[in-house]
Amino acid sequence: MKPGTLSKALNSGAIWGFIVLELIFFSIAGEYLSLSDKAFMDWENMLLLLKQSAPIGIIAMGMTIVMINGNIDLSVGATYAIAAIVLLESMTWPIFAGLGDLVIPVAWLLALLVGTFLGALNGLIVWKTGVDAFIVTLGSMLGFRGIVFMFNGENPTSHLNWTLVDFAEAEFLGLATASWFLLAVTLVIWFVMTKTVHGRNAYAIGDNREAAVNAGIRVGPHMMINFAIIGFLAALSAVVFYSESGSVNPNDGQLYELWVITAVVLGGTKITGGAGSVIGTFGGVIAIQLLRKGLGHIGADTSTVNLVIGLILIVVLILDRQLNVKGKEELKV
Amino acid sequence: MTDPVLHLDNIVKTFPGVRALDGVSFSVMPGEVHALMGENGAGKSTLMKVLGGIYQPDGGTIHVGKEQVTMAGPLEAKAKGIVFIHQELSLAEELSVAENIYLGELPRKSFGRVDWRKLTEQTNTILKKLNVGFDATTRVGDLSIANQQMVEIARALTVDAKAVIFDEPTASLTDAEKVVLFDVISDLQKEGVGIIYISHRMEEIFKITDRISILRDGQYQGTVNTSETSEEAVTQMMIGRKLDLSRMETHHELGDVALEVRGLSCGKLYQDISFEIRRGEVVGFYGLVGAGRTEIAETLFGLRDPSAGQILLDGEEVRITSPNDAIARGISLVPEDRKGQGLVLGMNCRDNMTLPQVQDLTSGPFVAEGAEVAIFDQYRDRLDIRTPGWKQLVGNLSGGNQQKIVIGKWLSMHPSVLIVDEPTRGIDVGSKSEIHKLLRELAAQGYAVMVISSEMPEVLHVADRIVAMYSGRIMRTFTSEEVTEDSLIQAISGLSGHEAA
Repeated sequence: MKPGTLSKALNSGAIWGFIVLELIFFSIAGEYLSLSDKAFMDWENMLLLLKQSAPIGIIAMGMTIVMINGNIDLSVGATYAIAAIVLLESMTWPIFAGLGDLVIPVAWLLALLVGTFLGALNGLIVWKTGVDAFIVTLGSMLGFRGIVFMFNGENPTSHLNWTLVDFAEAEFLGLATASWFLLAVTLVIWFVMTKTVHGRNAYAIGDNREAAVNAGIRVGPHMMINFAIIGFLAALSAVVFYSESGSVNPNDGQLYELWVITAVVLGGTKITGGAGSVIGTFGGVIAIQLLRKGLGHIGADTSTVNLVIGLILIVVLILDRQLNVKGKEELKV
Repeated sequence: MTDPVLHLDNIVKTFPGVRALDGVSFSVMPGEVHALMGENGAGKSTLMKVLGGIYQPDGGTIHVGKEQVTMAGPLEAKAKGIVFIHQELSLAEELSVAENIYLGELPRKSFGRVDWRKLTEQTNTILKKLNVGFDATTRVGDLSIANQQMVEIARALTVDAKAVIFDEPTASLTDAEKVVLFDVISDLQKEGVGIIYISHRMEEIFKITDRISILRDGQYQGTVNTSETSEEAVTQMMIGRKLDLSRMETHHELGDVALEVRGLSCGKLYQDISFEIRRGEVVGFYGLVGAGRTEIAETLFGLRDPSAGQILLDGEEVRITSPNDAIARGISLVPEDRKGQGLVLGMNCRDNMTLPQVQDLTSGPFVAEGAEVAIFDQYRDRLDIRTPGWKQLVGNLSGGNQQKIVIGKWLSMHPSVLIVDEPTRGIDVGSKSEIHKLLRELAAQGYAVMVISSEMPEVLHVADRIVAMYSGRIMRTFTSEEVTEDSLIQAISGLSGHEAA
């Protein structure tokens, strides 16, 4: 076997092995520790899990593109909150009063446009200034969150539209609306990344930017498109979630960027760019949600959950490094 | 007479403070291989960047065929039939061979989809011509460096090229692959494509080119027919003076064995390596890229753990566990990648030179500036480093002077064994011979010098003995009296007639 074959196989399949491990562990541990009688591996429970994965999962698909591209976007949580406010607030505006339930698609469109615009703005700054995406989006994370607080202070923004709630709570073929959105987004982004020129160029840019420039790929506009996509998906995630809940706190979406990045990294995307897969990210999202839910199932509180996920992330990265070392002949660092 | 496929007329390009190109004109005829030569910094790469649309010229015109053009970018240059084969590999390792070859212009179907079938078919046709042992779907990162270079070369065959520019294409190719490359070039020639061939290697230039154009300090020095000129004349045009290319015959007394290696192995990288270097001796390690030479040096410098064998310093067996350890025992390594591994380009000359010992150069809690300057001055004079002063940033020096700074840095640590890996890579002809002279002088002063090089003239020129390596093994050791070019080439290609210890 060639060096690296094992680690490659593990890289592509590891996340699914990890999910199976989690399922076994929580099923067995649940028997002894859980307070409820229901088994962990209950069908209903798994469907719920998929639905709960949607908000993080939809954004994670955008993050996969951006990270394969060699960038990162820390502002997704704040974009998410802004889009949620636009969605709920715009439905109460007097100019739309005559529309009746037609206000729903209008509000959706507005929220998605705002998200796309904010993402594109990040991309434009990265493109035109050449400043590292980490710094640019760190700034916009703070800035966008500031806008959220400026809008309504510490108060939540609420508006319930029952038609909308009915739509969001509806189920089709046994799957909730949010789950359908997650699956659709995963499919579309998978298609983009594996089948289209844009997706393949994203890999090329993340892998060897100079080569991409030499080959005449317009790197700046390309990255801006990807930032617009992740902005759009952050807004879509908000649209799906807040159609159901109808109330947004100014702190909502905080730390989402970190959950999303964790899921993407667990799913095998390289932090330096150039490698990664949408399917892997989907696995990463499910793995994290399983962990949160499973630990809850056996009675751990939120702080324990965060601690465990943090530890797992670090262990995964160390393992990845160890597996990629080609044995004893390797150059010492 | 036919019209040139490509004609540059009076190109001027200035950067703040520098006139990088000063009225350069030259033209390439269809079916001609036209060499472009010049020392580093003479303006070759600037000229190529102007041609490729990466820089816009401040004056002058470019004609492709009869039409005057402005190159707005690399894609436009390619669309006009100007194709670049870059020297440093410009590949995305995670992508397939096909995707790399067609990077930037993947064939499309509806909805921006990649047309994989067309892509694979076209790529395999090209690869067949190149006669390589991999196919379109291979991941580029899994290929050897030489094969990656072949992928780069395959890019020339994707479009209907009018002119192809090869920038040092043979730097990492084996002799067999060079033959394939030269076949590709002659095929292109037959199709009436004009070829610009940039290389430092005289033997290639004289083998395949028709005409040679020479640049010096951004100025066009003239064009000569290859058949009517000689290496000496070309060199003189390049550096503006004559160059002494004869072998260094300064023989001096050899001292004791400073470094001895017995049966050293490191996994698959190299096996059963034995040699010795005496004080005052220069031993050259010659072989192809990937033959294991650099890895031996890294092991001696404590960067790799050997899996078997012994290392003896002054007759005493040692285990070298880290570079720190190696330095303390008097081994210094001047690495292959000067800019990446040897220097901090953004730091000034003095600080670069005293970097390994700055911990010891203190007065109280502060760095002893005076002592640092004293060390710098000493080695500047000894090595003849040309810089306006110690405050100069190393990144602004020429390649030759940069290399001298690295050598000076290690000499100031008072080593007994000096290992230099590719000491003149990317250094122009004039500075090369200075570095060679320096290495001979250092040996005469009693250092044991190990020189790793992929350039035959270099090892023939500086080494007292030459160790020929092939695929991780020592094929043969030559003394400078018995070595011939033919026997050396045979040894490093694995075709050793008879083994000699």
